[in-house]
Amino acid sequence: MDLYQLTAHRLHEMLVKKEVSAAEITKAVFQRIEQVEDKVNSYITLTQETAEAQAAEVDKRLAAGEAIEPLAGIPVALKDNLCTEGIRTTCASKMLGDFVPPYTATAVQRLYDANLVLVGKTNLDEFAMGSSTENSKFHLTHNPWDAERVPGGSSGGSAAAVAAGQAIVSLGTDTGGSIRQPASYCGVVGMKPTYGGVSRYGAVPFASSLDQIGPITKDVTDMAHMLNVICGHDPLDSTSANLQHPDFTKYLVNDIKGLKIGVPKEYLAEGIDSQVKNRIKEAIEKMTELGAYVEETSMPHTDYAMPAYYLLATAEASSNLARYDGVSFGFRVADAEDIVDMFKRSRSQGFGDEVKLRIMLGTYSLSAGYYDAYYLKALKVRTLIKQDFDQALEKYDLLLGPTSPSTAFKIGELINDPIKMYLQDICTIPVNLAGLPAISLPCGLVNNLPVGLQLIGKAFDEGTLLQAAFTFEQNTEHHRLRPEL
Amino acid sequence: MISKQDVDHVALLARLELTEEEKELYTQQLNKILNAAKALQEVDTDNIPPTAHVLPIQNVFREDRVGKSIDPEKALAIAPEREESFFKVPKIV
Repeated sequence: MDLYQLTAHRLHEMLVKKEVSAAEITKAVFQRIEQVEDKVNSYITLTQETAEAQAAEVDKRLAAGEAIEPLAGIPVALKDNLCTEGIRTTCASKMLGDFVPPYTATAVQRLYDANLVLVGKTNLDEFAMGSSTENSKFHLTHNPWDAERVPGGSSGGSAAAVAAGQAIVSLGTDTGGSIRQPASYCGVVGMKPTYGGVSRYGAVPFASSLDQIGPITKDVTDMAHMLNVICGHDPLDSTSANLQHPDFTKYLVNDIKGLKIGVPKEYLAEGIDSQVKNRIKEAIEKMTELGAYVEETSMPHTDYAMPAYYLLATAEASSNLARYDGVSFGFRVADAEDIVDMFKRSRSQGFGDEVKLRIMLGTYSLSAGYYDAYYLKALKVRTLIKQDFDQALEKYDLLLGPTSPSTAFKIGELINDPIKMYLQDICTIPVNLAGLPAISLPCGLVNNLPVGLQLIGKAFDEGTLLQAAFTFEQNTEHHRLRPEL
Repeated sequence: MISKQDVDHVALLARLELTEEEKELYTQQLNKILNAAKALQEVDTDNIPPTAHVLPIQNVFREDRVGKSIDPEKALAIAPEREESFFKVPKIV
């Protein structure tokens, strides 16, 4: 098997046994990029020089007989809304097209400190607003399984890169499903940790009460290693949880006997593709066969999650994106008459259509006269959605359902219908509203396109999710399937 | 129903300058989305407190000591326009 196809934990074994060097792994990944990037288009910026220098450093330590960290020398791709000092961070927007951040995101710094190798910055929907990566100002990213289809979004580049072997692992961000849905569409593993589990410092904010950074990997073992690196308290993020996280690899145990799993019937309702449902039912059978106790349950407020989310996320976005005013960084029009003219035209020319639509919606629902009817109402409904989860997770160790109602759709299919596009996130959005951890893992194909199984856990109980996901993975072959490119 | 006048007003609040086409499009799309959001009115939320944030964090304090911050030169280096150690903008009044 080619090096770029391997998992991080397999490559680590080979590095330690001196069967391969970090430089060779990096070279293999860049050769793979050379070979398939014109078909997939995962990246906005490649950082080959940085990567080669970081890999050489790891090789030097190996040659000196030093022990290396579990992910040292592993090529990683970053969604281009994570700040990297000295490397442009565009958010796939004209607004930040030339923005080179003066500081590095904490999660990224932790990857550097663990000696991962930075391959580049991946494509996304502008400011992470979208479900298909079609809203990028730069270019489309194509699904490695079928070039006519989207990779999902908004972390589409990060998911496509891992699926296509253009990186071994990656980071994305997830505000309403933006890690899990593309992971599902591309046949890889994606996880949104508990809100507060990973520092958001240096992740360009979209909706601050919902955003989380998380990894995309080829299997659950790599996921546990990535969480070990990026989780943890950060004084630079006031919403970062001050908790000691466990060693997540301790949960890589092939056993779910007696585990109680609830399947919300709303997650398998109308609107979910019948063949996707079949894959989920097979996964349920597998879990049962492996000794879990699986039962149908109900989350009665699920249908209200989508409208509540779109009011809350856009309200927060309208406030967060007020910072782009052309004053101290980012795009500014050249010939402004006065400062208000500069604000207006810099913002109007710097932002794309979907971003402007969401700023408009958020500004409207926060404006005088509409605040109670929309924003406050949505916050109250959020309480009810969270209560649904609290009650269900009192009874069950975790919840199970599809990650997305369908497999990857065709490029252009939904771009003119925001509501249909938003419905792609119907199974993932409630989780963000409740701040819970959730993982998407491959559970088979429909018409040669991957289907994702979503497991949702209790707050700060990533361990149980990993153990259930690991057990499912060890007893199935779905995660080994790779697209032919 | 959101009117084109509403869209004009919201654009002003958001400091956006929209073309006629954009105004048409956003009026249409905002009405569609707000119509879907009407579903929330079915939910009885009397006596339900709002959740703005899922974590039980009230406030985060630290010692009032000078820490490390970004070097002014680094911050000014990315400015669209600067003069000496200031960000430069077009006339305000």
